[in-house]
Order: sequence, then C-alpha cells, then structure tokens
Amino acid sequence: MNQQQAGLAGPAVPGEPKQRPIEEAAPFRGRFKAMALVAFILFLLAFPHLFTMPFQQHIAILIFVNALMAVAWNITGGYTGQVSLGNTIFFGVGAYTSTVLFKDYLVSPWAGMLVGIALSILLAVAVGYPCFRLQGHYFAIATIAVGEILYTVVVNTQVLGAAVGIQLPILPESWINMEFHGTDKTSYYYIILAFLATAMITVYWIERSKLGFYFRAIKEDPDGARALGINITRYKLFAFMLSATFTAMAGTFYAQYVLFIDPNSTIYIMVSITMCLMAVLGGIGTLWGPVIGAAVLISISESTRVMLGGTGMAVDLLIYGFLVMAVAVYQPNGLIGMLKGIGRRG
Amino acid sequence: MTFDLLAQTLVSGVLIGFVFALVAVGLTLIFGMMEIVNFAHGEFLMMAMYASFWMWSLFALDPLVSLPITTLALMLMGAVTYKLIIKRILNAPMLAQIFATFGLMVFLRSLAQFLWTPNFRVIQHSLVSDVRLEVGSVFVGLPQLVAAMGAVLTFAFIYWLVEKTETGRAMMATAEDRDAAALMGIDSERMFTMAWAIGSGCVGVAGALLSTYYYIQPEVGAVFGITTFVVVALGGFGSIPGAFVAGILVGLVQVFAGLIIGPSLKFAVVLAIYLLVVLMRPQGLLGKF
Repeated sequence: MNQQQAGLAGPAVPGEPKQRPIEEAAPFRGRFKAMALVAFILFLLAFPHLFTMPFQQHIAILIFVNALMAVAWNITGGYTGQVSLGNTIFFGVGAYTSTVLFKDYLVSPWAGMLVGIALSILLAVAVGYPCFRLQGHYFAIATIAVGEILYTVVVNTQVLGAAVGIQLPILPESWINMEFHGTDKTSYYYIILAFLATAMITVYWIERSKLGFYFRAIKEDPDGARALGINITRYKLFAFMLSATFTAMAGTFYAQYVLFIDPNSTIYIMVSITMCLMAVLGGIGTLWGPVIGAAVLISISESTRVMLGGTGMAVDLLIYGFLVMAVAVYQPNGLIGMLKGIGRRG
Repeated sequence: MTFDLLAQTLVSGVLIGFVFALVAVGLTLIFGMMEIVNFAHGEFLMMAMYASFWMWSLFALDPLVSLPITTLALMLMGAVTYKLIIKRILNAPMLAQIFATFGLMVFLRSLAQFLWTPNFRVIQHSLVSDVRLEVGSVFVGLPQLVAAMGAVLTFAFIYWLVEKTETGRAMMATAEDRDAAALMGIDSERMFTMAWAIGSGCVGVAGALLSTYYYIQPEVGAVFGITTFVVVALGGFGSIPGAFVAGILVGLVQVFAGLIIGPSLKFAVVLAIYLLVVLMRPQGLLGKF
C-alpha cells in the first residue's frame, strides 16, 4: 500500500516506514531481492567485457547518462514535488565550465567538473531561493524561463562558442584528461556507471534518512510541514542543490564523451523535458523509476533511429509524449508502480 | 531614436500584442474555469497554423477564407482533449495535471515533426500578403493589421460571451463553485467542455490569422506558448481584461527590447518579465487573488 502511494499520487504519510513491513513479513523474498540486486550489479560490472561491440557499449553509456539526469531531476521533482523544467541549466553549466577550463587553460576535466558543480550549486541557490516561493505551475514556468534565458545568453556569447558550439581539444587519451579514443568505450562506461551509482546511493540514503521524510512532507502537505517546524525553503533548496550537483556531473561527462557541445544539445528546453519525462514514465519519487524510464526512452529512441533512420522524425518523442500522458492519466505511479502492482498480484 | 522609428515600433508592438492577447485569453479562460494550465496551448496554435497551411496548399483555400473551418477544428480538438484527458485528471494532484498536458505538448510537437517534417513553411500570396499601408511615416503590413483587427474583434466577442451572456455567467458560476452551480441546474461537465472548446477556438482564430505572415513549423508553438504564459501571468491567471492589457504590454516590450538590445535577446527580456512579475506580484496586474 505504501508503495502504491508513491509517485504522482503522493507519497506515504511522513513518519511511516517505507517497504519494511513487507520485507519483514517475507524475509525469504527480501533475501531473494538482495541476491537479485547483487547479481544485477555484477552483470553491470561485467557488461563491457561481455558486450564488446562499440554500439552496445554506447547504448549502455547513453542510458546511464540519461538515468543520471533523471535520478537528479527526481530529487526535486519526485521527492519534494517541485517540477523543474529548467534542469538543463545545470547540465549546461557542468558541460560548459569543464569544457572552457579544459580548452583554454588545460585544467583536467575532473577539476573542471568540481568547479562546474560549485557553479551549479550557486545557480541552484540563486534560482531556487526566489522561485521556491512559487507553487505548482508558477514554479514550473519560472524554471522554463530561467532555462530559456540562459540558452539565449549562451547563443549570443562568442566566448562560449555562441550558436556554433565548442569542439573539445583532442589530447592523448588518459584518465586525467577524461578522454579515451578508439572504439573501446570501457573506461567511459565505468566512469558514468560510478557517477550513476553515487547518485543512486545518495538517493537511497535520502529515502531512509530524516531528510527523505522532510522532502515527502513538503510534497504532500507544505503547510503541515511548515507547522511541524520544517524549514521548507531550506530543504527545497537542499534538494535542488543535490539535483544540480548530479546534473552538472552528467554535463561534464557528456562533454568529454561527445567531445563537442553546443547550446542545442546542452541548454535547450528539450534536454529539461527529456530528464523529466524519463522520471515521470519510470515512476517519480522512487529510486529505480528514473533508471527504468531512461532505459525505456533510450531503447525507444535508438530502435526507432535504427528502423526509420536518423532523419529527425521524432518518433521516439511521439511515443514518449503519448506514454507520459497515459501515465499521468491512468498510472500515476509510473512503470515501476505498474510492475509492483503485477508483482504483488503474482 | 527618431520619432518615426518610435512610432513604427509602437505600432508593431501593439499589433502583435493584440494577437498575444487573443492566444492568452484562451489559456486564461481554461485556467479560470478549472485551475489547469494547458502546457500544450502553443502546440494547439501550431496545429491551427498547419490546418490553415494545408487547406491553402491542398485546396487553394486562403487562410482567411478557411478561418471558420480552422476555428471549428480547433474547438473540436479542445473539446476532445477535455473529454479524453482533462476530465480524468480534474481532481488529480497538481503533478499529474502538469504532466498530462505536458505530455500532450511533447506528443503534438513530435506528431507535427513526424507528419510534416521540421521544414519551415510559408503561405505565399494570401489575400492580404504583399500589401503595405503607409500612414504618415509609419508602414503597416496588411497581414499584421488584419491579424490584429481580427484578434481584437474575437477578443471582444469572447469578453461579451463570458461577461454578458447567460452561458458565460453559467461558466463563471461553475468556475466560482462547481457544486453550488450544479445545484442551480448548471451542467458543469458541459461548461468545462465549452471552456476548452472556446479556449482552443481562440487559438484557432489566432493561428489562421498568424499563418498569413508567420513561418509555420513544428516548434512555432514553443515560442508562442511561452510568451502566452508570460502574458497570462502578467495579466493575472484567470483574468480576461488582464490578458488584453498584458498582451499589448508584452508585445511592446518584445519590439522595444528587440530595438534597443537586439532581436536575438528580446525573448530573454520577455521571460525576465515573467520572473519579475511572478516574484513581485504573483496575482498579476489585474488578477483576482
């Protein structure tokens, strides 16, 4: 029942432990779940050695980058219920900061990433502090506005490559340069897997800490949360800062992986939309929902691209828009809610 | 800045402002009725423009001649959207409401791209194109003038419909208190459907008028959609007179920003206004709450 209440339908009553009763009632099932998880992690670690074709590794990397962004979006959008349609600003700041530092000052992307994260956190505070007073669609539209303003500014800034974008310097491949050439993408695979794992472990920890209950209380009943003495703005900001951190990491990784960035691929509104769609489809306010959503989206995108050719026919988004509508109307808990529903009956 | 330039900019701003007002009144009407923001509103406009384009391209119908058909088609689209999607999320949490119309936005935009490619299309030689009027030293394109006049007339009609007729009062009563209105024998279901039909109809008229001079492509709704949010926020969500005043203001801001700091940055200025308004005066200029 508790799990049913996650997602769009609103989370569990704050203070009520999540999932535990079921596990306690069925220890065998809990152990099975743990074993399945361990097996899955081992599979992910072995993946680049089992599937050595560049295409297979590329798809896995794409899924992880997108899952990282969706997991990050989910921290504010899913747990605190503040729908940001401008998270692309953090992705853009992450990508542009490390790229500019790398290209013009030969700063290692790892250090550049830390600077990008710091700037993203500052930006999250600057945007969130005033905007978190707004509710629902006012906030959503405000974040669209911030994203579009940054897009317009970057498109008009020559130092940042304007509309043309920036080509990253091709340096000898090494971990310090976060550049790996050739067809083997194993190193990229492990980097992004580690980033995603960091984000998911953080979310797992939040879910089980007091913080998670504060977040859900803010989503479910802001006035009640305030009455209980929770500083709403502070916790919303904290969620937003975490979200910004992981999105900026994704930005730096993207820049190093593709070795080319431009406003359309990093600060465009469609980037924000994609992050949010993946989380919503998979199931917001859940640990695995955004990852499932990302896996489904990338599978749809890549298979339509293969079947129809990359002519920009937007079939993937067509299917995706339809699915999100259907999810919002019929299955507010997303795919993960659907899976859990089937699991319980079966 | 010379006087001529000032007058010219002023006129263009007001003319496009009237069109913004008409698009915005559709959105604000729906919001006023049921507190749902239709994120796909700009995409409805895009659909109307494509409807005009295809009737011109396939049947040689001028956009102004086919305007009633476009309007009816959009009204139907609005009503169907209400029946299929909105009706089911009326009492859902706000997140579900945001995502439902948001999903519709993504769906319609990519549908247009899928069916009609991302190419820019233009309707050449409509009844009004290629004519320019000269009043004193100010030039006014006939398409822009006709669009503005059509928008003002439609806006006046909507205002009359909502404020002065029995049906309009029934709609306002439903907006005020759904249950009480139902006790007075008002079918709230019918009123909501009508609000969506009328709100989308406004976009139908606006799309047909715009298609005589504006480029048509799948993402045209994005720019108009976001501008419309700004207009509605500035005027006050749910306020019809507010939409009119705010439409003209945003039109003026856009052209003056384009003139002073450059056309490529004018959109950023319009968006900055949204942020200023919602943060400093969330109820908008003429908002009720």
